[in-house]
Amino acid sequence: MGSAPLLHIDNLTVKFTTADGAVDAVSDLSLHISPGECLGVVGESGSGKSQTFMAALGLLAANGSARGRALFHGDDLLTLGDNELNAIRGDKVAMIFQDPMTSLTPHMTVGRQLSEVLIHHRGVSAARAREESLVMLKRVRVPDPERRLAMYPHELSGGLRQRVMIAMALLCGPELIIADEPTTALDVTVQAQILDLLREVKDTLHTAVVLITHDLGVIAGLADRVAVMYAGRIVEMGDVRQVFADPRHPYTRGLLACTPRMDAAVTGALFTIPGQPPNLEHLPAGCAFAPRCASVLDACRNDRPALRGLGGGRFKACIRDDLAHAS
Amino acid sequence: MGPYFARRVVIAIPTLWAIITVCFFLMRLAPGGPFDAQAPVPQEILVNLRARYHLDQSLAVQYLDYLGNLARGDFGPSFKYKDFTVTELIAQGLPVSAQNGLCALLLAVVLGIPAGIFAAIRQNSFRDHAVMGLAMTGIVIPTFVTGHLFILIFGVWLRDTMFHLPAGTWNGGAWPNRILPAMCLALPFIVTIARITRGSMIEALRANHIRTARAKGLPFRLVVTRHALKTALIPVVTYLGPATALLLTGSMVIETVFQLPGIGRYFVQGALNRDYTLVMGVTIISAVAVIATNLLVDVLYGFLDPRVRYD
Repeated sequence: MGSAPLLHIDNLTVKFTTADGAVDAVSDLSLHISPGECLGVVGESGSGKSQTFMAALGLLAANGSARGRALFHGDDLLTLGDNELNAIRGDKVAMIFQDPMTSLTPHMTVGRQLSEVLIHHRGVSAARAREESLVMLKRVRVPDPERRLAMYPHELSGGLRQRVMIAMALLCGPELIIADEPTTALDVTVQAQILDLLREVKDTLHTAVVLITHDLGVIAGLADRVAVMYAGRIVEMGDVRQVFADPRHPYTRGLLACTPRMDAAVTGALFTIPGQPPNLEHLPAGCAFAPRCASVLDACRNDRPALRGLGGGRFKACIRDDLAHAS
Repeated sequence: MGPYFARRVVIAIPTLWAIITVCFFLMRLAPGGPFDAQAPVPQEILVNLRARYHLDQSLAVQYLDYLGNLARGDFGPSFKYKDFTVTELIAQGLPVSAQNGLCALLLAVVLGIPAGIFAAIRQNSFRDHAVMGLAMTGIVIPTFVTGHLFILIFGVWLRDTMFHLPAGTWNGGAWPNRILPAMCLALPFIVTIARITRGSMIEALRANHIRTARAKGLPFRLVVTRHALKTALIPVVTYLGPATALLLTGSMVIETVFQLPGIGRYFVQGALNRDYTLVMGVTIISAVAVIATNLLVDVLYGFLDPRVRYD
């Protein structure tokens, strides 16, 4: 970690108040993103991967609250006022959402939705904003961009809408893009195109990217580092090649075993991790993964393992050190 | 869009015909007749009266005559207001009712929508409950009570202050005379619009694209007005269609309380007096208003949501 981190999340806890009581969607989570790097955040639905970053950007639902710190260039995003936060959102930190079908405003033209970002953050004229929007649409390879500016979102395909979302995120030249499941709602072929585009953005603009996904294949193709989340906590984190080649946490190991590989022998049934992700309202006292873990010890059920460094920028939250190399 | 609306206007003709037909025969089914309410008249006079208004002919002939006259724009003579035709009565009363209704409509929209938005963006806070509680009070008090209360307050108690307002009469449409009836007519509509707006705005603010707009760093005020309002207004516009028709065709209660020479009172008086032609006249005016406002609502849908297709 040579350079100072761009975003440093420190002891973040995200709590939701529901009719059934309070639920910690994210517990005591710390991570950082350096300038220009791509951090993959992987986990099942409900593991808290999206809410971590929603909380950092002040986008939690009304019943959610965040504790801890989220330092961006030294400013704690969690304590900033609305105006200061709005000056950062969409300008220095941009977000791309999962569902391009519903994430654009249906009653505004693509051109207006793009332009308003520049008009708001840069104070440019409408004509100038339109011009820059056009350039950005060309850059993300939207065909026939001039015509698209006058179109409404429902007149575009899912892939094109996601390109518009990406163009919108890039307009102000952000230092950090948070992409929340950017390819999940898309066809497989379109997924590949969008991932190529994100890779190009990362490589040419040196923008830091947080890639939130449940798809390990997406992480492998794009991320420098990966954080694996389970039940609101990071269970393993480190360099993506190292983690994938030599996973140290039983959950990571299970996830990787679940992923079908082109180069592996076809042996019939796919591997699955037994059991279900835990209900966050009733977490076990010890390790949240213990009930599903093949390598579980008695101690796992009593004490929650802390995330500890393994050297070389690797971390894991598991008390077992004797696990053999993944087979 | 053009052909769609041309078709809608054409479809309106059989709709109107059906309303006229049903109304015509329902009126005749009701017991009694236009001349029963008065002191009994000699048999010869009654025969003459019935002949004068063609009531001695068969119902079918009367019906066809009525349709024929209507096609020429003649609503026929009033049975009760004997010196007037129904056309004259409507021509005198409708402008008063429509102007008062229009003022009330403007008040309802201008006050109801912002109140609803205000409550929605402070959902479940004290201010939300305060606004909505006040609104509930507005809707549970009947118009004939609020009307008299307004008269008591602004017409009597504040008589010697600058807030004094005339307690009634149209006075040729003088502005001070218009305020109380318009306020009173608008009150339940303000409340309903506020409640609909609150609900639909809360719903609209939950949409995914609102999260996108917030993530873009737009101030919340812009997120609400630019990205959520149009979606939130769709249910309001749906309600405003029939509400506008209702407001423009006058209110019996308001026109009685404030002594306005509108057509609202004809709905009730006409029916009580078995004034067949007058009831038909005001019913047709209402029907046309409902059909026209519904058409207008459909145009507004297209403006609020570009995904609406007219074909």
